[in-house]
This record gives sequence, C-alpha cells and structure tokens, in this order.
Amino acid sequence: MPALELSDVSKTFTMHLQGGLRLPVLRDVSFVAERGQCIALTGPSGAGKSSILKLIFGNYKCDAGRILVSADDKTVDIANASPRAILAVRQRALGYVTQFLRAVPRVSALDIVAEPLIVKGVARDDATARAAMMLRRFNVPERLWSLPPATFSGGEQQRINLARGLLPKHPILLLDEPTASLDAHNRAVVVDIVRERKRQGAAIVAIVHDDAVREAVADISVDVMHFAIAA
Amino acid sequence: MTTPDTDTPLLIAKGLTKYYGRQLGCRDASFELYEGEVMAVVGESGSGKSTLLQLLSTQIEPSSGSVTYRMRDGSLADLWRMSEPARRFLLRTDWGYVHQDPQLGLRMGVSAGGNVGERLMAVGARNYQDIRATATDWLGRVEIPHDRIDDTPRSYSGGMRQRLQIARNLVTAPRLIFMDEPTGGLDVSVQARLLDLLRRIVAEMRIAAIVVTHDLAVARLLSNRIMVMKGGEVIEAGLTDQVLDDPHQPYTQLLVSSILPA
Repeated sequence: MPALELSDVSKTFTMHLQGGLRLPVLRDVSFVAERGQCIALTGPSGAGKSSILKLIFGNYKCDAGRILVSADDKTVDIANASPRAILAVRQRALGYVTQFLRAVPRVSALDIVAEPLIVKGVARDDATARAAMMLRRFNVPERLWSLPPATFSGGEQQRINLARGLLPKHPILLLDEPTASLDAHNRAVVVDIVRERKRQGAAIVAIVHDDAVREAVADISVDVMHFAIAA
Repeated sequence: MTTPDTDTPLLIAKGLTKYYGRQLGCRDASFELYEGEVMAVVGESGSGKSTLLQLLSTQIEPSSGSVTYRMRDGSLADLWRMSEPARRFLLRTDWGYVHQDPQLGLRMGVSAGGNVGERLMAVGARNYQDIRATATDWLGRVEIPHDRIDDTPRSYSGGMRQRLQIARNLVTAPRLIFMDEPTGGLDVSVQARLLDLLRRIVAEMRIAAIVVTHDLAVARLLSNRIMVMKGGEVIEAGLTDQVLDDPHQPYTQLLVSSILPA
C-alpha cells in the first residue's frame, strides 16, 4: 500500500456570488507517492498545483475520486472522511508546509514551533528542546525565540513556519514552495531536512519552483497540466 | 492517549427543533461532538445559533428532537428525561457556560475569589484553604493579578470580567463548555488576549466546546469544526478550515467574502 494514492480526483469551484459560475480546475488527478519518495508537482501557475495539496490535506473538499492516506497500518480516504477522521490523520501522519506563517497573537516563536509536537503527545520540555534545535538550524536568532512573530520580517516568519512544519516526523509531507524567497544557506537547510525525512521513510509531495532544489529532492515529476482544465 | 470512550461521542444532538409559537427558532439540527473537539456555530443575528446553544445547554426545551450526553460513568443520558436537579447539577459541575455579558455569569457583589470558590463548593469542596489556593491558581491562569482576588468584579474592566467568568467555569474541570460570543463587546487587543487564553486552556484540558460567534476569525482561531446557520437551519458544516477556505453554500460564500483582509 503506497503512503499516498490519488485516483481520479476532480475539483470544480462554484462561485455563487458570480451567478453560479462554475470553475473546473482539476480532472482525474491520479498519482502515487511511496514511502521515502518525493513527488514534485510541476506546471505553470494557475494549473492547480496548490489545489492538489489542499485537497490532500482536506483543506478543499474533493468532488470526486479517492485520496488514500496510509500510515500506521491505517488507511483513510480523505475525500470521504469525517472531520474527526481528517483531524486525526493530520495530527498523526500529515504535515502541510507553506511559506506563510499564520501568526497567532501573543504566542512565542518557540511555542509556535513546538506546538505540533505537543499536539502529537510529546512532553512539553522535549518538544521545546527539539523546537530550539530546529530554530537554530534555520538561523533564527535566539533573542527572537521568546517573542511572538507577528512583528518579525517576512523571511524570519517564513523560517519559523518551516521549522514548525518540518519538525514533526510525519509519514506524509506536503510542501508548497518551501524555499521561495529564502537565501542560499536556508535553502540548503530545507534540502537537508527533506532528504533526512525521505531517508526516514516519509512520502513527500512538493511544489518547488527552484530547479536546483527540485533536482536535489525530487524523485519523480508530475506535470499538473495533464489534469488541468483551465490554465 | 486513546481510551475506549473516545470513540463514543460526548454529546449527540438529534433533530433538535424549536418553535416559538409559530416562529421557527431552529430546525432539525443534528451532530455529534467528541471529547476535545471545539465546534463553532456561526451565522448572523436571528440565524438560530443562540437558540441552538440554549437547546443544547438545556436552557430551553426543544419542540422535538433530543440531546444525549455521555456522563462521567460512561452511561448515556437523554437530557430531557433527566430530573431538573440532575440537569442543574450537570450544568454546575461537568459543564461550563460563558455568557457574552460577564454580568450574567458572575455574581457581581461577590469577590473574584468567591466567584471561583463558589463553583468548587458546588462539587463538594469544603476546606477554605484549599478552595482559596485553587481559586488563586485559576485567577493566575487567566492572568488576573494576585492582589485583586478580594475585589468584586464591579471594579474589573470588561476583559478582566470575561477572564474571571472563564476561571469560574473551568475551575471544576468541566468536560464541555458552551460559549456565547465570548469576545463580543471587547476591544480588539483585549479580544486577542482572551482568544489566546481560551485556545491554550481548551487544548491543555482537552475540553470539548461549542462556541457561538458571528466572527469568522474567532471561529478559525478557536475551532476545529464549524456549523453555519441561516434562517434557523444548519446549511453547511465540516472542518473549520475546509468550510472557510472552500465554502459551498451561497450564504457561506457571502460570509467568507465579507471578511475584511487583515
């Protein structure tokens, strides 16, 4: 059983505020990600790459097809799972990393990074220690750790979000442009961590525009134009 | 982490309907809530969300439908077949109810410590030192300064009153808490502090919560599930981020598109 299997996934948006305009974006998306494998989604912007990641994470509702996520001997079809089942899969097995941090008022950078581990049941001290290591790896200055990131620069917020998203060793990892606007050093950190997670058996689906980074991490490219309807 | 019970819902609503005379309050609301889940109920004034909250918390009797609750001993109880005293006891101990207006949830003439201690006494606490110590601890957790414990909430600001109401509700370690517009009427900075506090405490205590709010940002920050109500009916429900990022119903799309960008 592959870690992730999409078969015949389709998505159409209906815009009721525009007189019920129907906007088909994806048709019959099918691919498989095995453990330890990184799939790169390629195609021009607007082709639906990010929509595919959002469908897998359950952020968008799947109209048709199946999205099978397998971890710990359990398989869940995200396309037909209850909210409770999707939340359980996310907590246990599914990570989703974008370049944007959704800042929560008053929560320190260190706590933001540690939170997903605590939710997974890791003791607070242990989670905080591992979060600190991750922030150090991304060169976030220690004097910022105790501050809420709302006032940080865009680059600092992005690194904090990457530290948060890449810290838990999820069996399935979805990456949406993780290296966009990072400097060379931090790009290399992301590449290192992604390779590390692959060695640990994670299945990864990534959108990466930087050719060098994509070549460094991806095993297979899937051209989303095959599934796109309106580009 | 998993106990056998977590596969049984904590609360089951089936076909909850309420008519006020011929006027519809809420029609055919059904859902299941599990331990540790936070569900937001959103909709505009008159959508039926407050009626639903009152039906669930047994403050008004449904015209039809049922509410079933899993008691601490694991048995399932139909709330409208319970005796009135048993329902009241549940509300005082295993449940919490946070009103939008803290004056409705607090005793304004009693000290802050007394407000918190009173709930403890309802579950049988009698030792004054223990009660005072627990009350002090809880006031600290909701960030009320130690030296204000003997003051009455009359001398408190709106944000402090709301935090005190939360401490009063949570001191008995309830399993389910109802909140009716908990941040309504507070300044934005005060709201942020309260939301952060609620979010942290609810997650740490793994309390189930039903939060009525007209503010989608509050729903996004606090809840994992959401129900959208309009004209007394639930028109859309699901994961909070899914409903807010990919709304299907015309009314939900209107609500989501009406949010001002941050």
